[in-house]
Amino acid sequence: MNEPTDRVLMTGNEALAEAAIRAGLEAYFGYPITPQNELTGYLAAHLPPLGRVFVQSESELAAINMVFGASATGARTMTTSSSPGISLMQEGLSYLAGAELPAVVANIMRGGPGLGNIQPSQADYFQATRGGGHGDYRLIVLAPATVQETADLTMTAFDLADRYRMTVMILSDGVLGQMMEPVRFREYHRPELPPKDWAVTGAQGRPQNIVRTLWLAEGMLEQRNQLLQAKYRRVEANEVRVEAGQIEDADYVIVAYGLMARAARAAVHRLRAGGVKAGWIRPISLWPFPSEIIGRVAQQPRVFLTVEMSCGQMVQDVRLAVGGQCPVLFYGRAGGGIPTVDEIVGQVEKLALPAGGPR
Amino acid sequence: MTMQKVFARPPTLKLNPTHYCPGCGHGIVHRLVAEAIDDLGIRERTIGIAPVGCAVLAYDYLDVDMVEVAHGRAPAVATGIKRVRPDRIVFCYQGDGDLASIGAAEILHATHRGEPLTVIFVNNAVYGMTGGQMAPTSVLQQVTATSPQGRRADREGYPMQVAELLAVLPGAGYVERVGVHSPAAVRTAKKAVVHAFERQVKCEPGLSLIEVLSPCPTYWRMTPAQALRWLQQTMCPVFPLGRLKG
Repeated sequence: MNEPTDRVLMTGNEALAEAAIRAGLEAYFGYPITPQNELTGYLAAHLPPLGRVFVQSESELAAINMVFGASATGARTMTTSSSPGISLMQEGLSYLAGAELPAVVANIMRGGPGLGNIQPSQADYFQATRGGGHGDYRLIVLAPATVQETADLTMTAFDLADRYRMTVMILSDGVLGQMMEPVRFREYHRPELPPKDWAVTGAQGRPQNIVRTLWLAEGMLEQRNQLLQAKYRRVEANEVRVEAGQIEDADYVIVAYGLMARAARAAVHRLRAGGVKAGWIRPISLWPFPSEIIGRVAQQPRVFLTVEMSCGQMVQDVRLAVGGQCPVLFYGRAGGGIPTVDEIVGQVEKLALPAGGPR
Repeated sequence: MTMQKVFARPPTLKLNPTHYCPGCGHGIVHRLVAEAIDDLGIRERTIGIAPVGCAVLAYDYLDVDMVEVAHGRAPAVATGIKRVRPDRIVFCYQGDGDLASIGAAEILHATHRGEPLTVIFVNNAVYGMTGGQMAPTSVLQQVTATSPQGRRADREGYPMQVAELLAVLPGAGYVERVGVHSPAAVRTAKKAVVHAFERQVKCEPGLSLIEVLSPCPTYWRMTPAQALRWLQQTMCPVFPLGRLKG
């Protein structure tokens, strides 16, 4: 007989949707695209009965602007898409940054460039971590590695968005979105957050509120940018999320995020069993990037290997963090290819075995 | 004998002098919007959307909560606002480049969904802010910065009749085209603008759109008086005034 449990078996996409509902998502706007359609389907079924808003927009461009409107009124709001759709949203993401509006956006990445394919990918790392649209701005980028973590980070994303008045992007991929795993939804408690006294709700008993991104007067836009940058420095100081294992004595450090971090951990396990001292670092926040811990780990002589489902994007941040202290190598596959545990082990063994370890 | 004040600035219209060119129609249209808001007593529950274009600074002149948005996206942003705050009165103020060109999809689909919004669409047949380029609503033979030999149907297409286009959609609740080229026309325009807001106040279904033919003497290369005549003689035959829906 099965014991009652609060664990449920869900796809990553459904878990993201359910977590968003539990975190108080008031309005969702989205456009169909594979491999994230379970998300829109789940929210279309579950939001309206709760008296909350679901709109299938005419395009991703419209979806992100609907998010802009809902957020401007102070509502918790989200849109989700996959790579080509996220490209279309870049205009809106820039405006959200300029207007300092909170939003949650999930990118269930697929292969590119162009229409690409519907296989999983991590090739939107540059776009996500560098802002993506025009102007100097950032998104907080969170990369889950499991269905459980997809749910947990989605709840966190809404709080971070409100705290810093900026977009938080959940950067996932087609495998994590579509695979099923058991998930337990933590009880959501809304932390104390700054009041949304900037929201447009009708100027009742107060001066008008204006949500804007245009600053024409000389020096104004530079001041606005300085304020944004000061905020981004606060985010960098407070919101780095990272996990690491078996680093202390490691000669080889594999750095990977999301789905690839699971393969990296499995590879480290196999390498250790074979006598190779390997360890792993998993950035959870891709921006802000855990540069400090990577830089500290690099103070010992080691070899870094970054593994990605791309032609080499996060590896550039790893190189910046390592700062020339150690060699940083890369292994990746693109266009829907997924580096296997065997391939990752092989990459390290190639380095480790001939000489029996690094010199 | 006591003097009675019979004409005053609507409180929703701020005291700021506008940045508009002499003879521009935006000032009149702003005033009509402000009057409508005050006539209906909805200033404290109205949220406006400013476009990209000459009216981008509309929030400097209209004393209501306002959102300035990306070029053409006002109806999408307004959808987001109205859906989460259905008890608020939400209006978009857009020009012809904004609404009929780059934002064609957004206005088409907001109308198609029947979003209960009020859209003030100011058609002056030209891009003003960027220096007088051809708009979808520029008339045939009209000389602009990007149709220096005059607009030709076989090269640039015919002027786009937005009100007619949207009126056929079931989601359009009320569509009327008005002008601001004469005192009589302005009085008609006032009634239309008030009605477009009032429908939203009364929760009547569908999107309300007022297309306002408005002069741009600067980029029509005319005096303000010539521009008013050109509007009546050249624009009105292409864009007939009147109620198309509702």
